[in-house]
Amino acid sequence: MGETWIDACAFSAIEPEDVTRFDHKGRTFAIYRTEDDEVYATDGLCSHEQVHLADGLVMGHIIECPKHNGRFDLRSGAAKGAPVCIDLKTYATRIIDGRIQICL
Amino acid sequence: MPLNDRIVIIGAGEAGVAAALELRARGHAGTITLLGAEAEAPYERPPLSKAFLMDDSMAPTPIGGAAGLETANIGVRRGCTALRLERASRQVIASDGTTHSYDQALIATGARARRLRLPGAGDVPVHYLRTMADAFTLRALVQPPARIGIIGAGFIGLELAASARKLGCEVTVFELAPRILARAVPEELAALIARRHVSEGVMLMTGVALVDVARAGAALQVTLADGRGFAFDHLIAGVGAEPETALAAEAGLAISNGIAVDERLQTSDPAIFAAGDCCAFLHARYDMARLRLESWRNAQAQGRHAAQAMTGVGTPFHALPWFWSDQYDLHLQICGLNLHKGVQVRRGTPGEGLILFDLDDAGRLTGASGLGTISQIGRDMRIAEMLVERAAVIDPSVLADSGRPLKALLRA
Repeated sequence: MGETWIDACAFSAIEPEDVTRFDHKGRTFAIYRTEDDEVYATDGLCSHEQVHLADGLVMGHIIECPKHNGRFDLRSGAAKGAPVCIDLKTYATRIIDGRIQICL
Repeated sequence: MPLNDRIVIIGAGEAGVAAALELRARGHAGTITLLGAEAEAPYERPPLSKAFLMDDSMAPTPIGGAAGLETANIGVRRGCTALRLERASRQVIASDGTTHSYDQALIATGARARRLRLPGAGDVPVHYLRTMADAFTLRALVQPPARIGIIGAGFIGLELAASARKLGCEVTVFELAPRILARAVPEELAALIARRHVSEGVMLMTGVALVDVARAGAALQVTLADGRGFAFDHLIAGVGAEPETALAAEAGLAISNGIAVDERLQTSDPAIFAAGDCCAFLHARYDMARLRLESWRNAQAQGRHAAQAMTGVGTPFHALPWFWSDQYDLHLQICGLNLHKGVQVRRGTPGEGLILFDLDDAGRLTGASGLGTISQIGRDMRIAEMLVERAAVIDPSVLADSGRPLKALLRA
């Protein structure tokens, strides 16, 4: 099966250094815009307890879960220490005509 | 400290495990032995009153990940209680017949559920929740249409009440104090939580004293001081926790509402440290007041801090107290000590997420308490915590205006 680009949201819908939730076919994703206007996407739920990361705080390249402060590098999905130990899956992103697409 | 010191950690909860992992993260190469009293591998306790109770299929969440301790080459002895701490010979005598020599030891024995002191309480089954074994027992009992009587409207009692209601049980909560959560939660937020329980169908009775529990046929009868009686199928008490200090006390270590440690978490014996619910420590953030905190975050932070202290780091423990509770979809977070002093600033509205900020006389943020769904308050509370951490002085009108993002304040 080939990769599929899915339209997620407008680039302008996310503030710099922020995150938004995107649901698609029963799955949930977190889409990030960094201060430098780079765009990243990861699975939407924290790997510790099932909490939406889009409710968390983006600081630089770190997304922090709003519940127990589990931290991930939003670029690589890498878990950054207790209580999280499982990395997040990441997805390629691109911007077409001001719209963010993610690759599933 | 030599990197090959033998370290024994007594207690395999959040504090003990955090300490063990931190020691390895700091390059400690010597043996690390964790003695855990419970049969299970170290697990996270917070879900026991919530998701674990409501979902029969939920397995315990291992602390540090499935193989975290093994990967770090940390030996865990399960079902193993420390019977004696022999300080002269630096040995721990364990219940499984083993003896463990140490160069340094950490006591992280936690706390146990306080028992109900009431006529009849010894003769009828009153349940408590502290361990995985307790949770398995409650899982079997908290099933509709059981009538559940909960004694104590603290966090454990109220979380159990919410879980039991969601499962469809009939739930009554008795609280001696005039209101719920009087010790730790601002009155306005506690009132919102109380209202939610009532709207979910919990019978919530505050300002009531129990005078007796007794069997009445197949049921259990609770009698109040005013003479009223209530019948239940099961009784659960959540009336606080008591620090596990017996081992330390018998070893002659100083005790003061917990194992007494200094601001580095060192006990009165320089080779022994204590961390988590079991210890009463000097808090550098609060003028070296002696505090004992019972919370998940504190246990982790103190475990890590004790590990650092064992490797020779001299910094005092300074972490901001922080805790949370989940009841229904209500998420409560509190940072700082809720001292009920100074000025309180409200941000948001009940039903849409409400945060109360505490400011001292100099206008510095000293604490914040938030109630709402996690979407409503999670992010702002994290920012609030960082602002409290730095004792920021912020214009109250900015804090009160939910239209103005708090995040901008972090850059100030």
